[in-house]
Amino acid sequence: MEPIKDYLQVQEAINRYVNQDVYIHLETTNGAYASHHDQTFFSAGAYIRNAQVRYEIGKITGTDPYRVGLKINLGWIYAEGLTHFEVDEQNRLLLAGHDNKGKLAVALEISPTPFE
Amino acid sequence: MEKERHVLVIFPHPDDEAFGVSGTIATHVQNGTPVTYACLTLGEMGRNMGNPPFTNRENLPKIRKEELKAAAAALGIQDLRMLGYRDKTVEFEDDEKLANAMLSIINEVNPSLIITFYPGYSVHPDHDATGAAVVRAVEKLPAAARPKLHCVAFSNNCVEELGEADIVHNISAVADKKLAAIQAHRSQTEQMFGDVTEKLKNQDPQMMVWINNERFWTYKFKN
Ligand SMILES: [Zn+2]
Repeated sequence: MEPIKDYLQVQEAINRYVNQDVYIHLETTNGAYASHHDQTFFSAGAYIRNAQVRYEIGKITGTDPYRVGLKINLGWIYAEGLTHFEVDEQNRLLLAGHDNKGKLAVALEISPTPFE
Repeated sequence: MEKERHVLVIFPHPDDEAFGVSGTIATHVQNGTPVTYACLTLGEMGRNMGNPPFTNRENLPKIRKEELKAAAAALGIQDLRMLGYRDKTVEFEDDEKLANAMLSIINEVNPSLIITFYPGYSVHPDHDATGAAVVRAVEKLPAAARPKLHCVAFSNNCVEELGEADIVHNISAVADKKLAAIQAHRSQTEQMFGDVTEKLKNQDPQMMVWINNERFWTYKFKN
């Protein structure tokens, strides 16, 4: 993955999938050990894998870290805290937010085919 | 360490064996005891991507699969099974089905000792769910036919509620194999490993105790 330097590169990748069926991976996490290491820490996260949607608008905004929102058929998907991206060999747009220790905190991935 | 007929290790994540159990595993292997390691997931939800990132969410499981194989090889495990569950979803599986999947491995392998996590005292939901499934599976066997069940626990309240571990293995004789297993899980351990090697070189007393002693609680069945 590369740091998002030119958000237009990401915007172009998002545009490629407008108005077609895509599969979404969306995740936020503090890690399963956050409350173990710090008992005052309130740990929360959410995860969805292979939600099939179509979006009519997809947009990247903000300045590092970035936000991405997708306006889907009946609602919305968004993620914030995005720092890195990659279009992989399967043409999937992988977006992630990593903290300063290199730990993943958020991921939003868009794929034309179902994730494994 | 008592000589076993066959040891079955059941954990949900590729590195779960590394810090707490790998010395015990290496010792059994050295004693000529066959060891089966059933690992439920590939740690797909691991968060360590590196800075700069060396992988991504989709490729991490491929890396961790290879690391798991390398760790098993370092310990001399000949029967490594990857069960194909998904990280952080084990507790949401059908309880009965999961227990039966564990039972079918137990029946096939016929171990004299099973090592897993102590349900309720192992912090990660997958650890607790895996331990609970193994306990349910063993409970299906008649009491006289049950293998021993040694559990790893590390929640903040484990000693308070379970008492001190009743089994402590000093594994210093195979510490090199243990370190090799820890090192094999590079994506998970490399960050902390620099620190570990430094402390080992200096024979840091706390670190030596931590590395050389593996603690288990014998599971007490209610029925
Ligand atoms: Zn684990």
